[in-house]
Amino acid sequence: MFDYNFHWRPVMKSLPDLLEAGLVTLQVAALSMIIGVVIGLALALIRMHMRGPVKWLASAWVELARNTPALFQLFFFGFGLGAVGIHMSPYVIVLSALSFNCAGYLAENFRGGFQAIPDTQLRAARSLGMTVWQSYTRVIIPQVFRIVYHPLTNQIVWAVLKSSLGMLVGFRELSGEPQALASRTYRIFEYFAVTAVIYYVIVKIILGASRLLAARLFRY
Amino acid sequence: MEPTVSFFSGFQPSDLCFLAEAAWRTLLISVLSISIGTVLGVVFGWMIYEGKWPADLTLGAVLDVFRSVPLIIQLVLFYNFAPIIGLNLDPFLSGVVVLSVYCASLVANVARGGMEAVGLPMRRAARSLGLSYWQDLRFVVLPIGGRAVFPSWVGVALGVMKDSALVSVLGYIELLKASQILITRTQEPLLILTLAGAFYFALSYPISRYAATLEKRWAT
Repeated sequence: MFDYNFHWRPVMKSLPDLLEAGLVTLQVAALSMIIGVVIGLALALIRMHMRGPVKWLASAWVELARNTPALFQLFFFGFGLGAVGIHMSPYVIVLSALSFNCAGYLAENFRGGFQAIPDTQLRAARSLGMTVWQSYTRVIIPQVFRIVYHPLTNQIVWAVLKSSLGMLVGFRELSGEPQALASRTYRIFEYFAVTAVIYYVIVKIILGASRLLAARLFRY
Repeated sequence: MEPTVSFFSGFQPSDLCFLAEAAWRTLLISVLSISIGTVLGVVFGWMIYEGKWPADLTLGAVLDVFRSVPLIIQLVLFYNFAPIIGLNLDPFLSGVVVLSVYCASLVANVARGGMEAVGLPMRRAARSLGLSYWQDLRFVVLPIGGRAVFPSWVGVALGVMKDSALVSVLGYIELLKASQILITRTQEPLLILTLAGAFYFALSYPISRYAATLEKRWAT
């Protein structure tokens, strides 16, 4: 029954490659989070304060990002846009699909955050002589970030996990790298077992760091 | 490069049937995995809730692994691990197993949250009215806690439905894999991807909207 010999040596040999690929994963996830936060904030504000086509567009973005598989979005950015002549490198495909996805999910989080802040805050800030921009950046948005801190942390974890889909468009991040390596040695299980451990560690580090950061940021 | 994309050449009506059949397979694997995963997840959630910290450190930690490793890695790992221990599962069964466990790990969290949402005084009141432990679970915890977390459960279920697209990496021909096959043949990624995306959207959007209205109604 159990006549399979595990070969860990090739995996251990390419461990540096895997760790380097892990950095690529982190980089893509972090970049897509930054882009996602900026666009997500904009989408949430547009959906709350604007009317007409701009609002429809923002709503369409959010609903599409939330109601279709991330893999579909990735294929769309990869193959779909390729059909109309927009060719991108795997890195850009994954980054744009992930940012699209993150922005949609974050927009809903931000909307909840904005709604949790009473209107009086904005009016108070305005009557203190702040401009709209100032009252948002100095009064409202800092409070929103406090409210959405935990959803935001979860979203970072999701971004790391979702970036694994990159392996299906030939992107050599933490999932694509072992796939490429495993196809050479055919030690698929061993490679992906180690990869899973690396993902787990990355996620735990992110969660731990966010907890430490929360303790530091949110003491009153 | 041709400046115009002709949408309808090469795509035949019979391909629609192929897509519809694949959509049916997506539904099948989703419903099956969500059902099994929900039952398992509620049991796990109850065990973690009742087992206090020892259960959280063992079962909780194991379930946490499934939430911290990308689903695609879990699929590849399981698909390659099963033959090692002498199980020869086809892609469908492997997909169901992995998706169910993944779903269960997410539902366990939700279920535990639901049980915690029911106040201890309420439980004590139920017990002192003469309800047995199981009656208390059935007639007090299930209606109150279930209602509290129903929207998050819908979110998890829809997430698993969307994630079922990943089973395509094992070769199971669900909707996204079918659309890839068609794209390879017809070279019309935009049309086919739009069809596939529309199916996911048509399934996911009404349900998520319905859950949102329910949440709003129950909140008041």
